Amino acid sequence: MNATEKKAAYNLADYNSERTSFSWKNIESKLELGKTKGGYNIAHLAVDRHANTSLKSTLAFRFIQKDRSPQDYSYSRLKEETSRFANVLRSLGIQKGETVFSLAGRIPALYITALGTLKTTAVFCPLFSVFGPEPVFQRLHKGEAKILVTTSALYEKTVKQLEERLPFLRYIILSDLEEHQSGKVLSWSRLMKEASSDFKIPPTSPEDPALLHFTSGTTGMPKGTLHVHKAVLTHYITGKFVLDFHQGDLFWCTADPGWVTGTSYGIIAPLVNGVTSIIDQEEFDAMRWYAILEEQKVNIWYTAPTAIRRLMRMEIKPREKFNLGALRVILSVGEPLSAEAVLWGEHSFGIPILDNWWQTETGGIMIANYPSMPVRPGSMGKPLPGIEAALAEVTEDGLNFIKEPGKQGHLLLKKGFPSLFRDYLHEEERYHKCFTGEWYLTGDLAKKDSDGYFWFIGRADDIIKTSGHMVGPFEVESTLMRHPAIAEAAVIGKPEASIGELVKAFVVLKPGEPTNEEMKLDIIGFARKHMGPAVAPKEIEFIASVPKTRSGKILRRLLKARELGLPEGDTSTLEQT
Amino acid sequence: MTREHIQSTIFELLKKTAPETDPHSLRPDENIREALNIDSFDALQFLVALNEKLGIDIPEEDYSKTTTLGSLTDYLEQRSR
Repeated sequence: MNATEKKAAYNLADYNSERTSFSWKNIESKLELGKTKGGYNIAHLAVDRHANTSLKSTLAFRFIQKDRSPQDYSYSRLKEETSRFANVLRSLGIQKGETVFSLAGRIPALYITALGTLKTTAVFCPLFSVFGPEPVFQRLHKGEAKILVTTSALYEKTVKQLEERLPFLRYIILSDLEEHQSGKVLSWSRLMKEASSDFKIPPTSPEDPALLHFTSGTTGMPKGTLHVHKAVLTHYITGKFVLDFHQGDLFWCTADPGWVTGTSYGIIAPLVNGVTSIIDQEEFDAMRWYAILEEQKVNIWYTAPTAIRRLMRMEIKPREKFNLGALRVILSVGEPLSAEAVLWGEHSFGIPILDNWWQTETGGIMIANYPSMPVRPGSMGKPLPGIEAALAEVTEDGLNFIKEPGKQGHLLLKKGFPSLFRDYLHEEERYHKCFTGEWYLTGDLAKKDSDGYFWFIGRADDIIKTSGHMVGPFEVESTLMRHPAIAEAAVIGKPEASIGELVKAFVVLKPGEPTNEEMKLDIIGFARKHMGPAVAPKEIEFIASVPKTRSGKILRRLLKARELGLPEGDTSTLEQT
Repeated sequence: MTREHIQSTIFELLKKTAPETDPHSLRPDENIREALNIDSFDALQFLVALNEKLGIDIPEEDYSKTTTLGSLTDYLEQRSR
């Protein structure tokens, strides 16, 4: 195939012409939405629709178990299992709009829970299994979890101690329990055995809530970002245009469903496009990953800079050691991918790694490098057809749009696309603060070059991005303050080459407490126990006082500037102590 | 380098990585990361620290041989010869 033929074979063959002709209405017609009563339901589009066609025996999911043996789910089996779980939820009294949570590793029960919940028009919310009890409590509490699906080990380790503080939680279903433990702690297999595999998806409107994802803010506890069934249009079209799904493709999204990428692209987008998803149940292991790419003949691989940097550390040439001939597209998300990594991809795999940008709030990919478009290494790419992105200075009087190339500004997206979040649960004011007129303020800073490529600069606020996950400093500080020796705490993201930023805490100890190594370890241990390793600080520094504004707000940017040896900027509002 | 020396270094460094745990309670065939709740960043730091402390190089390609206390000790013992 020559270069022109190759380009024509991509779903998005010509970016500019697609951008001009694109309309969300056309996508709705293509998916025949609204033709049936359950037509708008994500689970209908992802599973049931295919299970009634020639795709019924096609694999929807292939789980790679820890011993590397596969566990397969065809579209038809997935339809039955998710229907069974939908019936389980019905029998337990779950109503439309109520929340069902999962806290588990990448096991089949998690995926069945997600899709079965969507079938009933209840709301699905995944939690990262590495979270400690405090982050789990905050999210279950705020999301008013009615049912939680988890494993016996995680129940014992994380959930059991929280039960009394969660009055809304009616049932806990354990995926590996043989028989019901009590009226509240139930066995997954027992419930599934008793449930029918027939389930009729009820009428679902495009604006019915479907997914809840928690993300961190600078102030306050995590925000419950709510998405509706209509978001599936973005999942579908980004699967086509960015991931370039074609029938028969094998796709591997390495993200965990505890984060939005692992749900939007680890569950929904590939299914809506009728392709097969590979799910590895083991954690990152470079040689295992290459072996999976080879053995499973993965065509499209969606991963993250943290993993790519680990692979770059190795001296092996992947194409010499492994047969990676099936690999057609490699993509990355989570944090900006450096130009060096893009070029390493080209050198190591013969194709550049395509970076893209989006957020929990946008529900799906918004700005991307497309397989058919020349890649600018280090750039976020260009906005998806159907998405309008702009840069502006945000002032008290409103937005001053930036027209000149290369000038940094706040990255904005025009409202009105299907997967834009509809609410921060129970925090209307916080939600409205994200919008000015018809624009959503992403909180990210970027610039645009003269050819329309966007370039990521950083966050406009204090949110920490570590290993591709957002961590809110306030959430960490609140837990640290509960340590008996700590008087005050301030938390920042310290730049770190392999994970972007690491969580660093500056602490002021109570008078008389020793500032030694044992104390540091004690604080780290305390934080890990309550928050888990994904959120707990990796580094502790003792300081005499926490810099604050006169109104008492912690000046984290000042601590960060000091950490980096940068100018401290405007300190006119600094509290004098 | 004795097996005892290797194991005591492993325990010492694991305790620094996950101070709230008791690494001595690890069974030889237990997955260290799962048992002690260690994420991939901390796991990497731990292996780098082991390398520095024992002077034994552990290339990324071999990380899968270091997942349990038993396999990690065997691996380091073999490499130290």
